[in-house]
Amino acid sequence: MVEVFDRISEIRDGKRVIVKKPELLAPAGNLEKLKIAIHYGADAVYLGGEEYSLRANADNFTIDEIREGVEFAKKHGAKVYGTTNIIAHNENIDGLEEYLKALEDAGVTGIIVADPLIIETCKRVAPKLERHLSTQQSLSNWKAAQYWKEEGLERVVLARETSAEEIREIKEKVDIEVEIFVHGAMCIAYSGRCVLSNHMTARDSNRGGCCHSCRWNYDMFQNTDDKNFIPLSTENTPFTMSSKDMNLIKHVPEIIELGVDSLKIEGRMKSIHYIATVVSVYRKVIDAYCADPENFVFKDEWLTELAKCANRDTAEGFFKEFPGVNEQLFKNHSHKTSHEFAGMVLDYDEESKMVTLQQRNYFKPGDEVEFFGPEIENFTMVVDKIFDEKGNEIDAARHPLQIVKFRVDQPVYRYNMMRKEN
Amino acid sequence: MNKPELLLTPTSVDDIIPLSEAGADSFVIGEERFGLRLAGEFSKEDVKKAIQLAHSKNKKVYVAMTGLFHNDKVDEVEQYLKFVHEAGADAVLFGDPAIIMARKTLGIDIPLHWDPHTLATNWYTCNYWGKKGAKRAVLSKELSMDEIIEIKENAEVEVEVQIHGMTCMFQSRRPLVHNYFEYQGKKLKVEEEKGKLYLFDPDRDNYYPVFEDSNGTHIMSPNDMCIIDELQELVEAGIDCFKIDGILKSPEYLIEVTKLYRKAIDLCVTDVDEYEDIADELLERIEEIQPESRPLDTGFFFKETVY
Repeated sequence: MVEVFDRISEIRDGKRVIVKKPELLAPAGNLEKLKIAIHYGADAVYLGGEEYSLRANADNFTIDEIREGVEFAKKHGAKVYGTTNIIAHNENIDGLEEYLKALEDAGVTGIIVADPLIIETCKRVAPKLERHLSTQQSLSNWKAAQYWKEEGLERVVLARETSAEEIREIKEKVDIEVEIFVHGAMCIAYSGRCVLSNHMTARDSNRGGCCHSCRWNYDMFQNTDDKNFIPLSTENTPFTMSSKDMNLIKHVPEIIELGVDSLKIEGRMKSIHYIATVVSVYRKVIDAYCADPENFVFKDEWLTELAKCANRDTAEGFFKEFPGVNEQLFKNHSHKTSHEFAGMVLDYDEESKMVTLQQRNYFKPGDEVEFFGPEIENFTMVVDKIFDEKGNEIDAARHPLQIVKFRVDQPVYRYNMMRKEN
Repeated sequence: MNKPELLLTPTSVDDIIPLSEAGADSFVIGEERFGLRLAGEFSKEDVKKAIQLAHSKNKKVYVAMTGLFHNDKVDEVEQYLKFVHEAGADAVLFGDPAIIMARKTLGIDIPLHWDPHTLATNWYTCNYWGKKGAKRAVLSKELSMDEIIEIKENAEVEVEVQIHGMTCMFQSRRPLVHNYFEYQGKKLKVEEEKGKLYLFDPDRDNYYPVFEDSNGTHIMSPNDMCIIDELQELVEAGIDCFKIDGILKSPEYLIEVTKLYRKAIDLCVTDVDEYEDIADELLERIEEIQPESRPLDTGFFFKETVY
């Protein structure tokens, strides 16, 4: 029996339109990133509190900040999910109930969760929260999805090892929301099944201590007699387990047609420039496809735009093909981004055409810069004279967070960003 | 005091009798298609034979179905579970809840052991899977002695702990060794290299065994854990089963190690003073037969992990 549980498109006035528009879910590493993600078009964000979340090194939110984030999100029609996806040890049981109640009280919509300890405790003490199974459970078959459905979970985040065909089958057979990762860095191991950090640095990877040992270089040896290690790698060709980043932008139309409920962007540690860039591109593609799927044409400029904030080569994970050597990174595990974030617009005066901008990286008169943001089409221009807050001309914007003014002929808006080529 | 079970992972059917005679109480066997990182590959015929041999010695056999299954294996998993049940296995090891669903569909009551490798880290979750049908939880290897004992104190299921051998640090679905040789423009029959390839970490001076099979790439611990001289606390805590993992070990080695642990466990139960007297000697005897490329350590039993 094949049953599709929710209709994805319908014909209106002879034209097919998408009626099931998926959620675009973005990371929120702190309050500023949360606001930027939502401003640039995220339908929902996920954030981590100070405990139970998998990013021990991220800024992480206090409960008050979560409350503030939820209020901001609600005002803009967006949702907030809390990540509580550690694989808990006994010592993490104390305090869990209070924490989940606080999340519920702060108004988050749901939690992203891997450990049944937290799944069950949430049901008992914070029943208003939705429970979404984290990718840390490596869910990759429909029968397991059915299991979690019967356990009362609203949504499952699939393993990054699942293909489009597998996602289709899961959606056809099980009436549960499905979330997939579409963009960002990814574990090359099955998530949750890697304890390299535990062994190498005594940090628990499944409680947020991951030290990214998969991106280190190793030498490979062969040993057939228990004594002699014969090198199989050279200094120039070290072994590594480093994965290219995920980028499924070209497949957004197919993902929508599969009925995927939420498209997730990775990166609670990423900059606001990265978040703004990636979210806005996915927003554009989702909107363009849903508005007119039959006449949709993929624009190469979307790929170009994404490349401006990428610090790694990208690939398509397991979505279409089984990844091979070309989906891995050897030697250079990351590179400088082609563009850097130069400033954020605070204000624009239409009459004088002067922008007030917060500096985020050095720039000077004569530099070519590009503005982007949800209200505008990207444009480039050459910076003319720069003035400080008091109106004194300065030779360059050299101080972090410095407030500067200069002329921009086209209108720009608060939270628009300015970047410049490296 | 309850005497804990001593569980071995044999390399072939031929190991069942000698390991039984050396003191093993139970065995984990299976095939790569359904189980992860097994010491030996057991066909269906082998499984039947192993069960028959082990049962003739009054020993138990558990079949590993610990894989991370994709849709293409869902039907097969159900058929294999039916086979294992009919073959008379004493339990099935699982990590994926698809096994719970399959068992329900089949309407069989074969005991389940929850063995999710890295995910069995607290007592609440062990009991959760207990309520879903698991009779036993196989704890993660990255736990301290204190954590293990606290789990046992609160567990409503049997608790199994690995006390000897190699553990897995990493599993990728991708053929990373194959890819690496392709990247170097070299050829290597990777499938013939199981147990021969190592990654070297110069900062830690460690050699990590790495191998590839149909489940992907597996990177293993640089040392063999061995706590033959530290068993008393675990026995006193009432841990139900001690596991010796035989992966990438010879039958001769496993037989010797089994004999030594058998002695250690028996003494912990019957004569603690005697155990304390000979614990160092038992450790020395393991060191004597330990492969040069596999140093011993005490795993995470006495190591503090932060995050």
